[in-house]
Amino acid sequence: MTTIKSLEDLKKIREEALEKRKVKAAEGKAQVTVAMGTCGIAAGARETMKAVLDMIEKENISGIIVSQTGCLGLCEKEPIMQVTIGNEPKVSYGKVTPEVARRIMKEHVGEGKILQDHVIQA
Amino acid sequence: MRELALHLLDIAENSVAAGAKTIRIEIVEDSRADRLQMKISDDGKGMSEEMVQKVIDPFITSRTTRKVGLGLPLLKEAAEQCNGSLRISSKAGEGTEVTVDFQRSHIDRMPLGDLATTFLNLLIANPSVHFIFTYRVDQETFYLDDSSIKNELQGVSLTEPVVLTFLRNLFESGINNVRVAA
Repeated sequence: MTTIKSLEDLKKIREEALEKRKVKAAEGKAQVTVAMGTCGIAAGARETMKAVLDMIEKENISGIIVSQTGCLGLCEKEPIMQVTIGNEPKVSYGKVTPEVARRIMKEHVGEGKILQDHVIQA
Repeated sequence: MRELALHLLDIAENSVAAGAKTIRIEIVEDSRADRLQMKISDDGKGMSEEMVQKVIDPFITSRTTRKVGLGLPLLKEAAEQCNGSLRISSKAGEGTEVTVDFQRSHIDRMPLGDLATTFLNLLIANPSVHFIFTYRVDQETFYLDDSSIKNELQGVSLTEPVVLTFLRNLFESGINNVRVAA
């Protein structure tokens, strides 16, 4: 099994993550939540989440909290994604395709600009 | 939902909603017996017998039981169309086990789909849940108890970019190896 060998690598990866985190520690914490109820999953929430994770890797965004929630009662607006930056109020987005998710990660999480045309009331 | 991996994600989300501390997911393909079986077991709050009946019947399920939607009845139907079945055993206060199996070669059987992304999403989005993943095709096995990773990371977040890359590669190559070798 490959698992044992890669756990050795994990030690190095942990050190690396700690090094990089020192540099970015001053920034406000961002939390990204994707709704993963049956409705969300059927509407493509897994690919939305995948796009969020891809952006964290590609843009090397440190210190993000990624979580999931269940059905929010707005099934027709799925996939739904919510973003909270520091102490700012939570912003909910609807119809978040992977492409929209990438834009949210870049513009809202990265630059602090809310994508007004995708905001929903949740 | 057109992938078994999406149904898997859906069922595991039910386990999370049921307050599970540990979730075991096991997918076993047996080419000689021509079966594909998925089993999701958790130690969440469990269900009464009456509730078990409700979650698999699309016509009884009411909107007040928001945590159970159409996911399970549709999967049950899909399994039965492929000479398979879906069974739920559950005990209030102890946990739930969902087992679904298919004739592996059946023409209508849904593809397994992107298992690596399903596993990665579950692990990342539910850091306080202990996951044990198994994917087996005949003799080849991918097995990951996430405590081995979480212990090694000692509090470093799973979403740190370098950690994320490591995890994604671990799942993608691990699952791919099983598929290729089988």
